[in-house]
Amino acid sequence: MKFTAEINVMPLKALLDPQGKAVRMSMHNMGYKTIDNVRIGKHITMELEAGDRQEASDKVEEACKKILSNPVMEFYEFDLVQLK
Amino acid sequence: MKFGVVIFPGSNCDHDMLYVLRNIMEQKVVELWHKSTDLQNVDAIILPGGFSYGDYLRSGAIARYSPIMEKVIEFANRGGLVFGVCNGFQILCESGLLPGALLHNENQKFICKNVYITVVNHSTCLTRGLTDERALSIPIAHGEGRYYADTATLKEMNENHQILFRYCDENGKVSKESNPNGSIENIAGICNLRKNVYGMMPHPERAADDELGNTDGRIMFESIIKSMKQKLCGIVE
Repeated sequence: MKFTAEINVMPLKALLDPQGKAVRMSMHNMGYKTIDNVRIGKHITMELEAGDRQEASDKVEEACKKILSNPVMEFYEFDLVQLK
Repeated sequence: MKFGVVIFPGSNCDHDMLYVLRNIMEQKVVELWHKSTDLQNVDAIILPGGFSYGDYLRSGAIARYSPIMEKVIEFANRGGLVFGVCNGFQILCESGLLPGALLHNENQKFICKNVYITVVNHSTCLTRGLTDERALSIPIAHGEGRYYADTATLKEMNENHQILFRYCDENGKVSKESNPNGSIENIAGICNLRKNVYGMMPHPERAADDELGNTDGRIMFESIIKSMKQKLCGIVE
């Protein structure tokens, strides 16, 4: 079975995100005064083969833990979609 | 003594490091290519600065899984001396050999300038020779050098004397103003619990040649060589 994984890797909420802060300031200057707490992370998509959904989920989880995110500074979440 | 300098695609301080070790420190040095798994019987390994794998994903994240790094991790776990500068420090944090991580600088700018650092722990192989109380002038050049570790990890690191350097002013005063990148507790360099793996963001190899008018960094290389000759560290099991 083939799946696609849609993964979001975000900076930990407790950490300052300078990129998000700079973008928020810029947006304020543009007039979007009501926008706050801008945080910027990464969106990763990938396709994978697996026997079933659980196996696919386990593989993506492992990849997120080992390389796609660094738990010292980031957290991740993902969705799996089975391809027809 | 035989040093190995690891070269990743995107390393760009590798030749500065090779030059300092070979020409200034007069040591044997070999280049260790990232795809190799042969450490060539080196006594110590240096991970140089640069932008390994284009800093893709996170600084050091991809380099950490290169074939040579598996051997470097084994070498470190057997007590071998491993020293990472700038991107090398980032790779050591990503590999888990050193605690914490290096985040984007607080001001979101790439900072390239001379800064001052003060020695916190004088008893490691890297810092033993830094007996002067004065602040050392060493250049930094990084966009992601804001050291971070959580409160519990920091507490352990402080208790175990794992903080090697803090950013300071020219008089040695550690303050918010003397912190170039927003590093937690002004941390510029650290070591592991076993004291055989060192990482720092400033570049001592850029302050080791008389021609450059600053040799504060050379004392660190002298310290490593002297300590290893005296068998005070870097003894591989």
